[in-house]
Amino acid sequence: MVTVTIDRKSIQVPEGTTIMEAAERAGIPVPHLCFLKDINEIAACRVCVVEVEGIDRLVPACDNQVTEGMVVHTNSPRVRRARKTNLKLILSQHDGNCTACVRSGNCSLQALANDLNIHHQPYHRQTPRGYSDFSTPLIRQESKCIKCMRCVQICDKVQSLGIWDVAGTGSRTTVDVSYNRTLMNSDCSFCGQCVTHCPTGALTARDDTGAVLDALADPEITTVVQVAPAVRVAWAEAFGLDPAFATPERMVAGLRRIGFDYIFDTNFTADLTIMEEGSEFLERFTHRNRYRWPMFTSCCPGWVRFMKSQFPAYTDCLSTAKSPQQMFGAVAKSYFAQRIGVDPHKLFVVSIMPCISKKSECALPTMTDACGDPDVDVVLTTREMTRLLRSDHILPQDLGEEPFDSPLGTGTGAAVVFGATGGVMDAALRSAYWLVTGSNPDPDAFRAVRGNQPWKEAVFTIPGAGEVRVAVVSGLGNTRRLMEAVDAGTVQYDFVEVMACPGGCAGGGGQPIHDGQELASARSDLLWELDAKAPIRFSHENPDVLALYREFLEKPLGPKSHHLLHTDHQAWEMPPAPPREV
Amino acid sequence: MSRLDIQTPSRSQTVVDQLYRDVERRIASSPPGLCPIDMAWNFLNLCHAQTCGKCVPCRIGLGQLSQLLQDVLDGEATMETVELIERTAETIVDTADCAIGIQAARLVLMGVRGFRDDYEEHILRHRCLGSLKNPVPCVALCPAGVDIPGYIALVSEGRYADAVKLIRKDNPFPTTCAYICEHPCEARCRRRMVDDAVNVRALKRFAVDNAGDVPNPPCAQPTGKTVAVVGGGPGGLSAAYYLSLMGHKVTVYEKRRQLGGMLRYGIPDYRLPRTKLDAEIASILSLGIEVHTDVDVGTDITFEELKSRYDCLYLAIGAHTDKKTGIEGENSQGVMSAVELLRGIGDGDLPDFTGKRVVVIGGGNVAMDVTRSAIRLGADRVFCVYRRRKEDMTALPEEVEGAEAEGAELLTLQAPVRIEADEEGRAVALWTQPQIIGPFDSAGRPAPHTADVPQVRLAADLIIVAIGQGIESHGFQQSGVKVQRGGAILAESRSRLTALQAAFAGGDCVTGPATVIRAIAAGKVAAANIDEYLGFHHAIESDVQVPPPRFSDMVPHGRVNTTERDAAERKRDFQCIECGMTLEEAMQESSRCLRCDHFGYGVFKGGRVEKW
Repeated sequence: MVTVTIDRKSIQVPEGTTIMEAAERAGIPVPHLCFLKDINEIAACRVCVVEVEGIDRLVPACDNQVTEGMVVHTNSPRVRRARKTNLKLILSQHDGNCTACVRSGNCSLQALANDLNIHHQPYHRQTPRGYSDFSTPLIRQESKCIKCMRCVQICDKVQSLGIWDVAGTGSRTTVDVSYNRTLMNSDCSFCGQCVTHCPTGALTARDDTGAVLDALADPEITTVVQVAPAVRVAWAEAFGLDPAFATPERMVAGLRRIGFDYIFDTNFTADLTIMEEGSEFLERFTHRNRYRWPMFTSCCPGWVRFMKSQFPAYTDCLSTAKSPQQMFGAVAKSYFAQRIGVDPHKLFVVSIMPCISKKSECALPTMTDACGDPDVDVVLTTREMTRLLRSDHILPQDLGEEPFDSPLGTGTGAAVVFGATGGVMDAALRSAYWLVTGSNPDPDAFRAVRGNQPWKEAVFTIPGAGEVRVAVVSGLGNTRRLMEAVDAGTVQYDFVEVMACPGGCAGGGGQPIHDGQELASARSDLLWELDAKAPIRFSHENPDVLALYREFLEKPLGPKSHHLLHTDHQAWEMPPAPPREV
Repeated sequence: MSRLDIQTPSRSQTVVDQLYRDVERRIASSPPGLCPIDMAWNFLNLCHAQTCGKCVPCRIGLGQLSQLLQDVLDGEATMETVELIERTAETIVDTADCAIGIQAARLVLMGVRGFRDDYEEHILRHRCLGSLKNPVPCVALCPAGVDIPGYIALVSEGRYADAVKLIRKDNPFPTTCAYICEHPCEARCRRRMVDDAVNVRALKRFAVDNAGDVPNPPCAQPTGKTVAVVGGGPGGLSAAYYLSLMGHKVTVYEKRRQLGGMLRYGIPDYRLPRTKLDAEIASILSLGIEVHTDVDVGTDITFEELKSRYDCLYLAIGAHTDKKTGIEGENSQGVMSAVELLRGIGDGDLPDFTGKRVVVIGGGNVAMDVTRSAIRLGADRVFCVYRRRKEDMTALPEEVEGAEAEGAELLTLQAPVRIEADEEGRAVALWTQPQIIGPFDSAGRPAPHTADVPQVRLAADLIIVAIGQGIESHGFQQSGVKVQRGGAILAESRSRLTALQAAFAGGDCVTGPATVIRAIAAGKVAAANIDEYLGFHHAIESDVQVPPPRFSDMVPHGRVNTTERDAAERKRDFQCIECGMTLEEAMQESSRCLRCDHFGYGVFKGGRVEKW
């Protein structure tokens, strides 16, 4: 332990503690911008500088450790002046048109400028021009970038893709797509972790709310909205509501106020996915020699892009089952359109997803199986849904609770956990057990795949089928390690669930942003609670799914299912990964 | 991809490295008189281009500083801008992460504090204090303002006597300077922008070695005025020379047996051959200068007497006393000062050091002169003990190199602490305290500090102290001459003594020990101002016509460096060590001169000073 004095407060901290951590323990927050614990500790913004007695110059608190007897001043006149000057310098090159920025009110730069009482700019405005492609699901605006380098580090260290890199030199140093590529020509997974870790509005998801409002305004069009599992536990965060109050049913009421004709649940097709993917797994498992192993889940489009660019040889190991979002679109524009007697071309399917990559998935040329139009027309992120509620001045706290519409609004406990890492695996095992044995297992029998560890392994015995070796991984850096182990033969699995975002969809790139906090775990806990409370906890018991098979699809893996619910992952091109440095 | 690769520089990196070297030389040859803010602004932009871009103070801060400096230069700033520049630079120094940003901001900070006048002129009056008053860099940097491009052009035409005549217009010691000038003219030679400075001094030597006997111009009509010059060194004799040319009657009083001052009693023969010096002095005296040697003003004749006998007085007594180390045992037998040794040699009294271990204390040019003289006097081993590192020695690097080649042993980072003597009081050893080099002192040189190492004993038969000279000025103080701390005589920039009428002073006795060319320049300045004081305005000019420039294609070309006689041979005698240029070399080297007196600003304004 070392004893340090921070702002005349004496405190004992373990050796190796940074000045910033020590100050925090003493109840003295040191302002910072670029710092992101364990990921970006490069002391680039120089906002966290403090004065250390006996040291000539100021010292950044984030990347320097305390030493015995150190005396630190976090708000000396010299510190105040330097901190303010550096922030003004950052602001001099930032497009400070906050009123027209999607991050206004949730921007670390804006908050800090307010905190530091900055209300005039002595320096020349030098907003960089920058060239942005506003058509990609993920958009970077140079004029708002403060070069904190968090995006570079997240993509390198957490997601292992290295899409962002430092570009240019000298005063023109900035961030751009590595190897002078464009985002669309890169192997970006569109996971959006860079967006949720950007302190400003420099990195955003494309806003597609305009297309949704146009459809809502068109009397010829019937609008259908599906809501992904992970959205329901995060939708009200921006309004500061208690999760116990902000129920999925209150969210449904909000969406109805916005004007959607049918409010459905992606949980419905999550259950459907289990029926198809579970059956597919059993088919492969019982005909082992016909397939390359292991089988991988395919619900996460970020992961599918990653697989196709980084480990293309394994593409055939992906389940051919579409993701729940795309199954929903295909069912909506076939079965449901038929059922309500609407021309599927006049049906407009909107998804609300915790995800940016879903925006690219719905636009794939292969996702038009129901009627030739895209099965899903528009994908909105959780944040866009929040903005729709805001712009319609809907006050969530005043909303009542309303149920999802029928029939595509029914979901089981097994479906809602799709939003948490391990959830797909858990749900699939519950139904696979039933498919093999004809009886239900304990719904909590597969606990071992739950929880927020990045890479989980388990072996379950299904009577009659034998031992099933499964693995669950989230985060693409962890995924790369798992794939390399699979490729090297050091691990053997039968079934692997992969989610591109750490913690799964709960921590997705389309979820609400809280700078410095990782909420995947807390949101997942809420999802597992919803599962525990659900009256039905097995996908194969979803009555409307069973009706769908009875009335329309006939059986899992049948010809109609094959046409609408499965896809050929080889049928579209993914930009390859650049040669990797060893 | 392999795990590691051998780095080979890319083509662009090789070219960029070349550009770096070019820029380095270009900065070194910056013409004097440029606007300091403009230069600071441009340096800052260079620094900014070097930033890696990681940190805010460097990436953005340097750019904003540059913008603010540009505002100043564009006349769009207010005095508040200067405050903002200072505050911003301070924050960058305080918070930048590495030297790229910190040192760049220090550069601005130094400027904003160091040349605030320039800032104010730009901001308040929208004008610049800088101006190219000296468009020919070599001439501007020669204290005596010698017409360097002029005489180089004459050398290249083979007109060596004319070259000597042209030099004498500003400097009556062409031969002396041809051998030993420190050549400040070469420092910012514009040729450096292309390849390297012209070897100016060696070309001058080629001229004097080949000019033969060059007569002096005739003296002006006698004015009837008399001037006494106290001190027959280069400064005193320069004043005497020009005053004689102006028609005044000059009498030189010299304390020593012979004229020449430090040229004779400080600089050894092997650098400046005595015959050359004697011939040069004889040439000067041929103008009709009266000389009294062995006369100590103050003892043999009083200052007041001189003042009453002459219309005007020029004090050029130099700096001839030796400085003491103050260490224990310094008064032992066998301990002598550099001045003492060199003075004896100057008068032809060559001691025999055969078989002796000689220890020289000091690291300046005089220490090297003593070291190399001791070797020539037959010493067995000669050690040169210095407090700092070799690169901190104030001696010219070529002097240190020369001494080492002749067998001198440098003992650096050794501070003398005491001299050990035997029972008979004879020095037997020098004890030194090893030093460790430390932080920079206020003059910007790294200072030595006591190292955690025991003292060292260095056996010695002879110890010679060469740590600088002082000025013997206290005698004049009683006569009303103002003397500063350290003994320097207080004089105005036009060399007049502040408190006394009809008295001037210049050279080492005013500035402290300096170079020959600065003493000569002081003599020239004094002559002009004494002439004015006496009520005249004689012009000094030369009738030599400088040849027109030839075209130069500025193809990079090596500089001809002079060579020296083989160390093993030269260390045995006092003959001149430097070899002159060959005709071929002189022709090639003189053709490298860019003739800045004609090309560039020189053809427009201030190119050639025809007379003074």
